[in-house]
Amino acid sequence: MSTIVKKGEWVQVHNIVLKPEERTGRIPEETKKVPLELWVKGFLNEDAVIGDIVEVTTITGRKASGTLVDVNPVYTHGFGDVFVPELLQVGLQVKRILKGEEK
Amino acid sequence: MAKDISYDSVNARSNEIIKDAIGVDYTSYESGNIAFDYEKMMSATGYSLEEVTKINRETGVGNTPLIELRNITALARKLSPEGKGARIFVKDEQCNPSGSFKDRRAALSVYQAQKMGYKGVVAATSGNYGAAVASQAAMRNLKCIIVQECYDSRKVGQPEILEKQRKCENLGAEVIQLTVGPELHYTFLRVLEDTGYFNASLYSFFAIGGTETLGYELANQCKETLGRFPDYVIATQAGGGNLTGTARGMIKAGATDTKIYGAAVDLKGLHMASDTDFNRKSFTTGHTGFAVPYATDPDHSDVPRSAARTMRYMDEFLIVKQGEVFYMTEVLASIEGMERGPAGNTSLTAAFALARELDEDQIIVVQETEYTGAGKMPQPQLSFARENGIDVLFGDPEDDVPGKNIILPAHPTMIKARYFDMEKLRKSYIKNSVKHVNATWADEKDIEFLIAETKSNREFVIETLKSLNIEIK
Repeated sequence: MSTIVKKGEWVQVHNIVLKPEERTGRIPEETKKVPLELWVKGFLNEDAVIGDIVEVTTITGRKASGTLVDVNPVYTHGFGDVFVPELLQVGLQVKRILKGEEK
Repeated sequence: MAKDISYDSVNARSNEIIKDAIGVDYTSYESGNIAFDYEKMMSATGYSLEEVTKINRETGVGNTPLIELRNITALARKLSPEGKGARIFVKDEQCNPSGSFKDRRAALSVYQAQKMGYKGVVAATSGNYGAAVASQAAMRNLKCIIVQECYDSRKVGQPEILEKQRKCENLGAEVIQLTVGPELHYTFLRVLEDTGYFNASLYSFFAIGGTETLGYELANQCKETLGRFPDYVIATQAGGGNLTGTARGMIKAGATDTKIYGAAVDLKGLHMASDTDFNRKSFTTGHTGFAVPYATDPDHSDVPRSAARTMRYMDEFLIVKQGEVFYMTEVLASIEGMERGPAGNTSLTAAFALARELDEDQIIVVQETEYTGAGKMPQPQLSFARENGIDVLFGDPEDDVPGKNIILPAHPTMIKARYFDMEKLRKSYIKNSVKHVNATWADEKDIEFLIAETKSNREFVIETLKSLNIEIK
Protein backbone atom coordinates (compact mmCIF):
# COMPACT_ATOMS: atom_id res chain seq x y z
CA MET A 1 0.00 0.00 0.00
CA SER A 2 1.38 3.36 -0.94
CA THR A 3 1.37 6.13 1.63
CA ILE A 4 -0.07 9.44 0.57
CA VAL A 5 2.46 12.26 0.49
CA LYS A 6 0.65 15.45 1.40
CA LYS A 7 0.64 18.68 -0.54
CA GLY A 8 3.25 21.03 0.94
CA GLU A 9 5.66 18.30 2.03
CA TRP A 10 9.37 18.71 1.18
CA VAL A 11 10.18 16.14 -1.49
CA GLN A 12 12.65 15.20 -4.20
CA VAL A 13 11.70 14.58 -7.82
CA HIS A 14 13.64 12.83 -10.56
CA ASN A 15 13.86 13.32 -14.32
CA ILE A 16 15.63 11.80 -17.26
CA VAL A 17 17.16 14.79 -19.07
CA LEU A 18 18.68 12.78 -21.93
CA LYS A 19 18.13 9.14 -22.82
CA PRO A 20 21.28 7.14 -23.60
CA GLU A 21 20.68 7.50 -27.34
CA GLU A 22 20.32 11.28 -26.99
CA ARG A 23 23.67 11.81 -25.26
CA THR A 24 26.54 13.72 -26.81
CA GLY A 25 29.13 11.79 -28.77
CA ARG A 26 32.10 13.19 -26.85
CA ILE A 27 31.79 11.07 -23.72
CA PRO A 28 33.16 7.66 -22.67
CA GLU A 29 31.17 4.56 -23.65
CA GLU A 30 30.15 3.76 -20.06
CA THR A 31 28.55 7.20 -19.73
CA LYS A 32 26.85 6.94 -23.12
CA LYS A 33 25.12 3.74 -21.96
CA VAL A 34 23.29 5.52 -19.13
CA PRO A 35 20.82 8.41 -19.17
CA LEU A 36 21.58 11.92 -17.93
CA GLU A 37 19.47 12.13 -14.77
CA LEU A 38 18.36 15.09 -12.68
CA TRP A 39 17.06 15.48 -9.14
CA VAL A 40 15.62 18.58 -7.53
CA LYS A 41 13.83 19.27 -4.25
CA GLY A 42 10.71 21.29 -3.57
CA PHE A 43 7.36 21.53 -1.80
CA LEU A 44 4.82 19.14 -3.29
CA ASN A 45 2.00 20.97 -5.07
CA GLU A 46 -0.68 18.21 -4.82
CA ASP A 47 -1.11 15.03 -2.75
CA ALA A 48 0.64 12.09 -4.42
CA VAL A 49 2.34 8.76 -3.82
CA ILE A 50 5.95 7.78 -4.48
CA GLY A 51 6.40 7.07 -8.18
CA ASP A 52 3.78 9.57 -9.36
CA ILE A 53 4.64 12.31 -11.81
CA VAL A 54 4.22 15.44 -9.72
CA GLU A 55 4.87 19.17 -9.68
CA VAL A 56 6.85 20.88 -6.93
CA THR A 57 7.65 24.47 -6.03
CA THR A 58 11.37 24.74 -5.38
CA ILE A 59 12.94 26.88 -2.66
CA THR A 60 13.43 29.68 -5.20
CA GLY A 61 9.74 29.52 -6.17
CA ARG A 62 10.35 27.76 -9.47
CA LYS A 63 7.88 25.07 -10.62
CA ALA A 64 9.48 21.76 -11.54
CA SER A 65 8.01 18.39 -12.34
CA GLY A 66 9.27 14.84 -12.23
CA THR A 67 8.80 11.46 -10.61
CA LEU A 68 8.32 11.66 -6.86
CA VAL A 69 11.21 9.69 -5.34
CA ASP A 70 11.75 10.86 -1.77
CA VAL A 71 10.09 12.71 1.11
CA ASN A 72 12.16 14.84 3.50
CA PRO A 73 15.40 13.65 1.90
CA VAL A 74 18.24 13.40 4.40
CA TYR A 75 21.91 14.22 4.00
CA THR A 76 23.76 10.93 4.06
CA HIS A 77 27.38 12.05 3.98
CA GLY A 78 29.39 12.26 7.17
CA PHE A 79 32.81 11.13 8.36
CA GLY A 80 32.83 7.80 6.59
CA ASP A 81 31.33 4.40 7.31
CA VAL A 82 34.68 2.78 8.02
CA PHE A 83 37.38 4.35 10.18
CA VAL A 84 40.77 4.66 8.48
CA PRO A 85 43.30 4.09 11.29
CA GLU A 86 46.32 4.69 9.05
CA LEU A 87 45.67 8.43 9.34
CA LEU A 88 46.52 8.31 13.05
CA GLN A 89 50.10 7.35 12.18
CA VAL A 90 50.81 10.50 10.21
CA GLY A 91 50.70 12.93 13.13
CA LEU A 92 52.65 10.56 15.34
CA GLN A 93 55.38 10.16 12.73
CA VAL A 94 55.93 13.87 12.05
CA LYS A 95 55.97 14.62 15.79
CA ARG A 96 58.70 11.99 16.26
CA ILE A 97 60.70 13.60 13.45
CA LEU A 98 60.32 17.07 14.95
CA LYS A 99 61.52 15.76 18.33
CA GLY A 100 64.50 14.07 16.71
CA GLU A 101 63.27 10.60 17.68
CA GLU A 102 63.04 9.52 14.04
CA LYS A 103 65.13 10.57 11.06
CA MET B 1 5.54 31.12 -29.16
CA ALA B 2 7.18 28.56 -26.90
CA LYS B 3 10.88 28.05 -27.55
CA ASP B 4 12.22 24.73 -28.78
CA ILE B 5 13.83 23.15 -25.74
CA SER B 6 15.47 20.25 -27.53
CA TYR B 7 19.14 19.63 -26.80
CA ASP B 8 20.35 20.87 -30.18
CA SER B 9 18.12 23.96 -30.24
CA VAL B 10 19.10 25.11 -26.76
CA ASN B 11 22.79 24.61 -27.51
CA ALA B 12 22.37 26.53 -30.75
CA ARG B 13 21.02 29.47 -28.73
CA SER B 14 23.96 29.25 -26.28
CA ASN B 15 25.66 32.54 -27.22
CA GLU B 16 22.39 34.45 -27.10
CA ILE B 17 21.43 32.95 -23.72
CA ILE B 18 24.86 33.69 -22.23
CA LYS B 19 24.76 37.25 -23.57
CA ASP B 20 21.39 37.90 -21.92
CA ALA B 21 22.57 36.27 -18.72
CA ILE B 22 25.76 38.26 -18.27
CA GLY B 23 24.82 41.53 -19.94
CA VAL B 24 27.93 41.63 -22.13
CA ASP B 25 28.50 40.89 -25.79
CA TYR B 26 31.77 39.00 -26.02
CA THR B 27 32.09 39.48 -29.78
CA SER B 28 33.46 43.00 -29.17
CA TYR B 29 36.71 41.46 -27.80
CA GLU B 30 37.32 39.26 -30.83
CA SER B 31 39.81 40.09 -33.58
CA GLY B 32 38.33 37.65 -36.05
CA ASN B 33 41.34 35.37 -35.84
CA ILE B 34 43.40 33.77 -33.01
CA ALA B 35 43.83 36.91 -30.91
CA PHE B 36 41.22 38.46 -28.67
CA ASP B 37 41.60 41.52 -26.46
CA TYR B 38 42.02 39.97 -23.01
CA GLU B 39 42.78 43.19 -21.14
CA LYS B 40 39.81 44.97 -22.73
CA MET B 41 37.61 42.10 -21.57
CA MET B 42 39.10 42.24 -18.06
CA SER B 43 38.37 45.95 -17.84
CA ALA B 44 34.71 45.30 -18.69
CA THR B 45 33.93 44.91 -14.98
CA GLY B 46 34.14 48.69 -14.96
CA TYR B 47 35.69 48.65 -11.47
CA SER B 48 39.18 49.43 -10.25
CA LEU B 49 40.83 47.00 -7.84
CA GLU B 50 40.15 49.47 -5.05
CA GLU B 51 36.43 49.45 -5.91
CA VAL B 52 36.42 45.66 -6.16
CA THR B 53 37.98 45.46 -2.70
CA LYS B 54 35.29 47.78 -1.36
CA ILE B 55 32.53 45.68 -2.93
CA ASN B 56 34.05 42.51 -1.45
CA ARG B 57 34.26 44.08 2.00
CA GLU B 58 30.55 45.00 1.91
CA THR B 59 29.79 41.30 2.25
CA GLY B 60 32.68 40.42 4.55
CA VAL B 61 34.91 39.00 1.83
CA GLY B 62 38.70 39.22 2.05
CA ASN B 63 41.16 40.54 4.58
CA THR B 64 42.04 36.98 5.57
CA PRO B 65 45.08 36.29 7.74
CA LEU B 66 48.48 35.19 6.45
CA ILE B 67 49.76 32.52 8.83
CA GLU B 68 53.29 31.15 9.09
CA LEU B 69 53.36 27.36 9.27
CA ARG B 70 56.27 27.20 11.70
CA ASN B 71 56.09 23.52 12.51
CA ILE B 72 55.74 22.46 8.89
CA THR B 73 58.72 24.67 8.04
CA ALA B 74 60.64 23.10 10.94
CA LEU B 75 59.71 19.64 9.62
CA ALA B 76 60.95 20.54 6.14
CA ARG B 77 64.25 21.78 7.63
CA LYS B 78 64.71 18.59 9.69
CA LEU B 79 64.47 16.67 6.43
CA SER B 80 66.68 18.94 4.31
CA PRO B 81 70.41 19.55 3.96
CA GLU B 82 71.87 22.31 6.17
CA GLY B 83 70.62 25.75 5.09
CA LYS B 84 67.70 24.42 3.09
CA GLY B 85 64.02 24.64 4.02
CA ALA B 86 62.10 27.75 2.94
CA ARG B 87 59.55 29.43 5.21
CA ILE B 88 55.99 28.36 4.37
CA PHE B 89 53.01 30.66 4.89
CA VAL B 90 49.35 30.09 4.19
CA LYS B 91 46.61 32.57 3.38
CA ASP B 92 43.72 31.37 5.51
CA GLU B 93 40.95 31.84 2.98
CA GLN B 94 38.54 29.72 4.97
CA CYS B 95 37.90 32.93 6.95
CA ASN B 96 35.71 34.18 4.09
CA PRO B 97 31.95 34.03 4.79
CA SER B 98 31.26 30.75 3.00
CA GLY B 99 34.63 29.24 3.87
CA SER B 100 36.82 29.56 0.80
CA PHE B 101 38.47 32.02 -1.60
CA LYS B 102 35.51 31.39 -3.89
CA ASP B 103 33.67 34.23 -2.12
CA ARG B 104 36.05 36.60 -3.89
CA ARG B 105 35.16 34.94 -7.15
CA ALA B 106 31.42 35.24 -6.52
CA ALA B 107 31.21 38.67 -4.89
CA LEU B 108 31.49 40.85 -7.96
CA SER B 109 29.12 38.76 -10.09
CA VAL B 110 26.42 38.83 -7.46
CA TYR B 111 26.95 42.55 -6.87
CA GLN B 112 26.65 43.14 -10.61
CA ALA B 113 23.55 40.97 -10.88
CA GLN B 114 21.89 42.99 -8.14
CA LYS B 115 22.95 46.29 -9.66
CA MET B 116 21.60 45.32 -13.08
CA GLY B 117 18.27 44.29 -11.63
CA TYR B 118 18.46 40.53 -12.10
CA LYS B 119 16.21 38.65 -9.67
CA GLY B 120 18.64 35.83 -9.14
CA VAL B 121 21.91 34.16 -10.03
CA VAL B 122 22.76 30.76 -11.48
CA ALA B 123 26.08 28.94 -11.36
CA ALA B 124 27.22 25.59 -12.69
CA THR B 125 29.58 24.11 -10.11
CA SER B 126 30.12 21.09 -7.89
CA GLY B 127 32.64 22.90 -5.74
CA ASN B 128 32.91 25.57 -3.07
CA TYR B 129 31.87 28.12 -5.64
CA GLY B 130 28.24 27.05 -5.23
CA ALA B 131 28.29 27.92 -1.53
CA ALA B 132 30.06 31.19 -2.32
CA VAL B 133 27.40 32.26 -4.84
CA ALA B 134 24.63 31.13 -2.49
CA SER B 135 26.18 33.07 0.38
CA GLN B 136 26.65 36.26 -1.64
CA ALA B 137 23.13 35.94 -3.06
CA ALA B 138 21.72 35.54 0.45
CA MET B 139 23.45 38.75 1.54
CA ARG B 140 22.26 40.65 -1.52
CA ASN B 141 18.69 39.33 -1.37
CA LEU B 142 18.85 37.51 -4.67
CA LYS B 143 17.62 34.05 -5.52
CA CYS B 144 20.21 31.41 -6.30
CA ILE B 145 20.23 28.20 -8.30
CA ILE B 146 23.26 25.92 -8.41
CA VAL B 147 23.55 23.26 -11.11
CA GLN B 148 25.74 20.47 -9.84
CA GLU B 149 27.29 17.33 -11.32
CA CYS B 150 26.76 15.14 -8.34
CA TYR B 151 26.02 11.46 -8.84
CA ASP B 152 26.97 8.42 -10.87
CA SER B 153 24.24 6.30 -12.46
CA ARG B 154 23.76 4.45 -9.12
CA LYS B 155 22.93 7.81 -7.48
CA VAL B 156 26.11 7.52 -5.45
CA GLY B 157 27.79 10.85 -4.82
CA GLN B 158 31.29 11.81 -3.72
CA PRO B 159 30.92 12.85 -0.04
CA GLU B 160 32.71 16.13 -0.74
CA ILE B 161 30.19 17.08 -3.42
CA LEU B 162 27.28 16.03 -1.20
CA GLU B 163 28.61 18.34 1.51
CA LYS B 164 28.80 21.20 -0.95
CA GLN B 165 25.22 20.52 -1.98
CA ARG B 166 24.11 20.59 1.67
CA LYS B 167 25.89 23.86 2.23
CA CYS B 168 24.30 25.51 -0.81
CA GLU B 169 20.86 24.40 0.38
CA ASN B 170 21.52 25.65 3.88
CA LEU B 171 22.42 29.04 2.43
CA GLY B 172 19.06 29.15 0.67
CA ALA B 173 19.97 27.99 -2.80
CA GLU B 174 18.08 25.57 -5.01
CA VAL B 175 20.40 22.78 -6.08
CA ILE B 176 19.76 20.92 -9.31
CA GLN B 177 21.67 17.67 -9.11
CA LEU B 178 22.77 15.76 -12.19
CA THR B 179 24.57 12.59 -13.07
CA VAL B 180 27.97 12.71 -14.74
CA GLY B 181 28.38 14.32 -18.13
CA PRO B 182 29.20 17.53 -19.98
CA GLU B 183 25.57 17.89 -21.05
CA LEU B 184 25.11 19.62 -17.71
CA HIS B 185 25.63 22.73 -19.81
CA TYR B 186 22.28 22.08 -21.53
CA THR B 187 20.42 22.01 -18.20
CA PHE B 188 22.36 25.10 -17.13
CA LEU B 189 21.32 26.99 -20.28
CA ARG B 190 17.70 25.94 -19.83
CA VAL B 191 17.69 27.24 -16.26
CA LEU B 192 19.21 30.56 -17.39
CA GLU B 193 16.63 30.88 -20.15
CA ASP B 194 13.66 29.88 -17.98
CA THR B 195 14.52 32.11 -15.04
CA GLY B 196 16.20 35.07 -16.73
CA TYR B 197 18.73 35.03 -13.90
CA PHE B 198 22.33 36.22 -14.10
CA ASN B 199 25.08 33.76 -15.09
CA ALA B 200 27.51 33.93 -12.17
CA SER B 201 30.10 32.12 -14.22
CA LEU B 202 33.32 30.96 -12.59
CA TYR B 203 35.13 32.10 -15.71
CA SER B 204 33.79 35.60 -16.36
CA PHE B 205 35.87 38.74 -15.89
CA PHE B 206 33.77 39.47 -12.80
CA ALA B 207 34.94 36.21 -11.22
CA ILE B 208 38.61 36.72 -12.01
CA GLY B 209 38.48 40.45 -11.27
CA GLY B 210 37.14 39.62 -7.81
CA THR B 211 39.93 37.11 -7.22
CA GLU B 212 42.62 39.70 -7.95
CA THR B 213 42.06 40.97 -4.39
CA LEU B 214 43.58 37.71 -3.10
CA GLY B 215 46.94 38.25 -4.79
CA TYR B 216 46.95 41.95 -4.00
CA GLU B 217 46.28 41.35 -0.29
CA LEU B 218 48.78 38.54 -0.08
CA ALA B 219 51.57 40.58 -1.66
CA ASN B 220 50.93 43.53 0.64
CA GLN B 221 50.69 41.37 3.76
CA CYS B 222 54.08 39.87 2.96
CA LYS B 223 55.55 43.29 2.35
CA GLU B 224 54.18 44.67 5.61
CA THR B 225 55.06 41.77 7.88
CA LEU B 226 58.18 40.35 6.22
CA GLY B 227 59.52 43.46 4.53
CA ARG B 228 59.32 41.99 1.03
CA PHE B 229 57.18 40.16 -1.46
CA PRO B 230 57.19 36.36 -1.38
CA ASP B 231 59.58 34.42 -3.62
CA TYR B 232 56.98 31.83 -4.57
CA VAL B 233 53.20 31.65 -4.52
CA ILE B 234 51.61 28.26 -5.09
CA ALA B 235 47.99 27.97 -6.20
CA THR B 236 46.01 24.78 -6.54
CA GLN B 237 45.13 24.55 -10.20
CA ALA B 238 41.81 23.41 -11.66
CA GLY B 239 39.88 25.80 -13.91
CA GLY B 240 42.70 28.32 -13.57
CA GLY B 241 40.77 31.22 -12.01
CA ASN B 242 42.49 30.92 -8.67
CA LEU B 243 45.96 31.16 -10.16
CA THR B 244 45.01 33.80 -12.75
CA GLY B 245 43.25 36.12 -10.30
CA THR B 246 45.99 35.76 -7.70
CA ALA B 247 48.77 36.39 -10.22
CA ARG B 248 47.03 39.47 -11.63
CA GLY B 249 46.54 40.86 -8.13
CA MET B 250 50.21 40.22 -7.28
CA ILE B 251 51.28 42.11 -10.40
CA LYS B 252 48.95 45.01 -9.51
CA ALA B 253 50.64 45.14 -6.08
CA GLY B 254 54.03 45.37 -7.80
CA ALA B 255 55.16 41.83 -6.95
CA THR B 256 56.34 41.13 -10.47
CA ASP B 257 59.34 39.00 -9.47
CA THR B 258 57.37 36.45 -7.45
CA LYS B 259 57.25 33.06 -9.14
CA ILE B 260 53.71 31.78 -9.61
CA TYR B 261 53.45 28.00 -9.46
CA GLY B 262 50.38 25.88 -10.04
CA ALA B 263 49.87 22.56 -8.26
CA ALA B 264 47.56 19.67 -9.02
CA VAL B 265 46.98 16.09 -7.96
CA ASP B 266 47.91 13.47 -10.51
CA LEU B 267 44.71 11.69 -11.60
CA LYS B 268 46.15 10.33 -14.81
CA GLY B 269 44.01 7.62 -16.35
CA LEU B 270 40.69 8.69 -14.84
CA HIS B 271 38.24 10.20 -17.33
CA MET B 272 36.33 13.19 -16.01
CA ALA B 273 33.12 12.34 -17.86
CA SER B 274 33.17 8.66 -17.01
CA ASP B 275 30.24 7.27 -15.07
CA THR B 276 32.43 4.52 -13.60
CA ASP B 277 35.52 6.66 -12.85
CA PHE B 278 33.43 9.39 -11.19
CA ASN B 279 33.49 7.87 -7.72
CA ARG B 280 36.97 6.44 -8.04
CA LYS B 281 38.29 9.99 -7.77
CA SER B 282 39.22 10.98 -4.25
CA PHE B 283 39.71 14.56 -5.39
CA THR B 284 36.81 16.46 -6.88
CA THR B 285 38.99 19.36 -7.99
CA GLY B 286 42.59 20.60 -8.04
CA HIS B 287 43.58 17.58 -10.11
CA THR B 288 45.17 17.07 -13.52
CA GLY B 289 41.83 16.04 -15.04
CA PHE B 290 40.70 19.67 -14.82
CA ALA B 291 44.02 21.48 -14.54
CA VAL B 292 45.54 20.33 -17.83
CA PRO B 293 42.51 20.78 -20.13
CA TYR B 294 41.66 24.18 -18.63
CA ALA B 295 45.27 25.40 -18.88
CA THR B 296 45.65 24.29 -22.48
CA ASP B 297 42.10 24.99 -23.68
CA PRO B 298 40.55 27.66 -21.45
CA ASP B 299 37.78 28.59 -23.87
CA HIS B 300 35.54 25.59 -23.30
CA SER B 301 33.74 26.94 -20.22
CA ASP B 302 30.32 28.53 -19.78
CA VAL B 303 31.37 31.89 -21.27
CA PRO B 304 32.67 32.51 -24.82
CA ARG B 305 36.10 33.60 -23.59
CA SER B 306 37.39 32.52 -20.20
CA ALA B 307 39.00 35.17 -18.03
CA ALA B 308 40.97 32.40 -16.30
CA ARG B 309 44.11 32.06 -18.40
CA THR B 310 46.64 30.00 -16.51
CA MET B 311 49.36 29.88 -19.14
CA ARG B 312 49.74 33.67 -19.08
CA TYR B 313 50.89 33.57 -15.48
CA MET B 314 52.09 30.12 -14.44
CA ASP B 315 55.88 29.74 -14.20
CA GLU B 316 55.92 26.05 -13.25
CA PHE B 317 53.30 23.38 -12.74
CA LEU B 318 53.92 20.96 -9.88
CA ILE B 319 52.28 17.56 -9.71
CA VAL B 320 51.66 15.76 -6.42
CA LYS B 321 50.15 12.37 -5.66
CA GLN B 322 46.85 11.62 -3.92
CA GLY B 323 48.36 10.01 -0.82
CA GLU B 324 50.82 12.86 -0.37
CA VAL B 325 47.95 15.36 -0.12
CA PHE B 326 46.07 13.26 2.43
CA TYR B 327 49.31 12.96 4.41
CA MET B 328 49.92 16.73 4.39
CA THR B 329 46.28 17.38 5.34
CA GLU B 330 46.88 15.30 8.45
CA VAL B 331 50.19 17.08 9.08
CA LEU B 332 48.44 20.46 8.91
CA ALA B 333 45.93 19.29 11.50
CA SER B 334 48.34 17.50 13.81
CA ILE B 335 51.25 19.95 14.04
CA GLU B 336 49.71 23.25 12.97
CA GLY B 337 46.33 22.72 14.61
CA MET B 338 44.47 23.65 11.44
CA GLU B 339 41.73 21.45 10.00
CA ARG B 340 41.44 22.63 6.42
CA GLY B 341 40.94 21.46 2.90
CA PRO B 342 41.14 19.52 0.76
CA ALA B 343 41.73 22.03 -2.07
CA GLY B 344 44.47 24.26 -0.64
CA ASN B 345 46.34 21.26 0.68
CA THR B 346 47.36 20.28 -2.83
CA SER B 347 49.47 23.44 -3.04
CA LEU B 348 50.58 22.94 0.58
CA THR B 349 51.94 19.52 -0.41
CA ALA B 350 53.81 21.02 -3.35
CA ALA B 351 55.07 23.82 -1.07
CA PHE B 352 56.44 21.32 1.44
CA ALA B 353 58.37 19.49 -1.27
CA LEU B 354 59.57 22.75 -2.85
CA ALA B 355 60.65 24.19 0.53
CA ARG B 356 63.15 21.35 0.92
CA GLU B 357 64.86 22.38 -2.34
CA LEU B 358 65.09 26.08 -1.44
CA ASP B 359 67.27 28.13 0.92
CA GLU B 360 65.98 28.95 4.42
CA ASP B 361 65.55 32.65 3.66
CA GLN B 362 63.12 31.99 0.80
CA ILE B 363 59.40 32.59 1.30
CA ILE B 364 56.66 30.38 -0.11
CA VAL B 365 52.99 31.31 0.20
CA VAL B 366 50.24 28.73 -0.15
CA GLN B 367 47.52 31.10 -1.23
CA GLU B 368 44.37 29.39 0.07
CA THR B 369 42.72 27.14 2.60
CA GLU B 370 39.10 26.05 2.61
CA TYR B 371 36.65 25.05 5.35
CA THR B 372 36.46 21.37 6.03
CA GLY B 373 34.21 18.92 7.89
CA ALA B 374 31.77 16.18 7.00
CA GLY B 375 32.48 14.67 3.60
CA LYS B 376 35.60 16.74 3.01
CA MET B 377 38.16 15.43 5.49
CA PRO B 378 40.60 12.55 4.89
CA GLN B 379 38.50 10.19 7.07
CA PRO B 380 35.33 10.34 4.92
CA GLN B 381 37.34 10.61 1.70
CA LEU B 382 39.50 7.57 2.37
CA SER B 383 36.57 5.66 3.85
CA PHE B 384 34.65 6.32 0.63
CA ALA B 385 37.68 5.30 -1.44
CA ARG B 386 37.92 1.98 0.41
CA GLU B 387 34.19 1.35 -0.09
CA ASN B 388 34.71 1.92 -3.82
CA GLY B 389 37.45 -0.68 -3.99
CA ILE B 390 40.49 1.63 -3.79
CA ASP B 391 43.44 0.27 -1.79
CA VAL B 392 44.69 2.69 0.85
CA LEU B 393 48.14 1.87 2.18
CA PHE B 394 51.51 3.24 3.27
CA GLY B 395 54.29 2.98 0.71
CA ASP B 396 56.02 4.94 -2.02
CA PRO B 397 53.66 7.52 -3.62
CA GLU B 398 55.42 6.88 -6.94
CA ASP B 399 53.50 3.59 -7.05
CA ASP B 400 50.18 5.49 -6.93
CA VAL B 401 47.67 4.44 -9.60
CA PRO B 402 44.61 6.75 -9.62
CA GLY B 403 41.39 4.77 -9.36
CA LYS B 404 43.23 1.72 -8.00
CA ASN B 405 45.15 2.81 -4.93
CA ILE B 406 46.08 5.72 -2.70
CA ILE B 407 49.56 5.48 -1.24
CA LEU B 408 50.27 7.47 1.89
CA PRO B 409 54.00 8.19 1.95
CA ALA B 410 55.82 5.88 4.37
CA HIS B 411 58.02 8.89 5.18
CA PRO B 412 57.56 12.63 4.48
CA THR B 413 60.81 12.73 2.45
CA MET B 414 58.91 10.71 -0.18
CA ILE B 415 56.69 13.74 -0.87
CA LYS B 416 57.84 15.16 -4.18
CA ALA B 417 57.00 18.09 -6.42
CA ARG B 418 57.16 16.78 -9.95
CA TYR B 419 57.70 19.44 -12.62
CA PHE B 420 55.23 19.13 -15.48
CA ASP B 421 56.59 19.79 -18.97
CA MET B 422 55.62 23.45 -19.50
CA GLU B 423 56.67 23.42 -23.14
CA LYS B 424 54.21 20.62 -23.81
CA LEU B 425 51.46 22.66 -22.14
CA ARG B 426 52.36 25.76 -24.15
CA LYS B 427 52.36 23.87 -27.43
CA SER B 428 49.06 22.27 -26.60
CA TYR B 429 47.61 25.67 -25.71
CA ILE B 430 48.69 27.14 -29.07
CA LYS B 431 47.24 24.16 -30.92
CA ASN B 432 43.90 24.59 -29.17
CA SER B 433 43.75 28.35 -29.70
CA VAL B 434 44.33 27.83 -33.41
CA LYS B 435 41.63 25.15 -33.48
CA HIS B 436 39.23 27.35 -31.51
CA VAL B 437 38.85 29.71 -34.49
CA ASN B 438 39.90 27.22 -37.21
CA ALA B 439 42.78 29.52 -38.09
CA THR B 440 44.88 28.94 -41.21
CA TRP B 441 47.12 31.98 -40.75
CA ALA B 442 48.51 34.22 -38.02
CA ASP B 443 49.55 37.85 -38.18
CA GLU B 444 51.58 40.05 -35.83
CA LYS B 445 48.59 40.60 -33.56
CA ASP B 446 48.05 36.85 -33.18
CA ILE B 447 51.73 36.23 -32.51
CA GLU B 448 51.88 38.90 -29.83
CA PHE B 449 48.72 37.51 -28.30
CA LEU B 450 50.15 33.98 -28.19
CA ILE B 451 53.45 35.18 -26.68
CA ALA B 452 51.48 36.81 -23.85
CA GLU B 453 49.11 33.87 -23.51
CA THR B 454 51.92 31.33 -23.16
CA LYS B 455 54.44 33.54 -21.28
CA SER B 456 56.95 32.49 -23.93
CA ASN B 457 58.78 34.16 -26.80
CA ARG B 458 58.37 34.95 -30.48
CA GLU B 459 60.64 32.18 -31.69
CA PHE B 460 58.72 29.52 -29.76
CA VAL B 461 55.32 30.80 -30.92
CA ILE B 462 56.32 31.05 -34.59
CA GLU B 463 57.98 27.64 -34.54
CA THR B 464 54.90 26.06 -32.96
CA LEU B 465 52.55 27.78 -35.42
CA LYS B 466 54.66 26.58 -38.35
CA SER B 467 54.56 23.02 -37.03
CA LEU B 468 50.76 23.34 -37.16
CA ASN B 469 50.96 24.45 -40.83
CA ILE B 470 49.79 27.96 -39.97
CA GLU B 471 50.82 30.58 -42.48
CA ILE B 472 52.69 33.49 -40.85
CA LYS B 473 51.63 36.82 -42.34
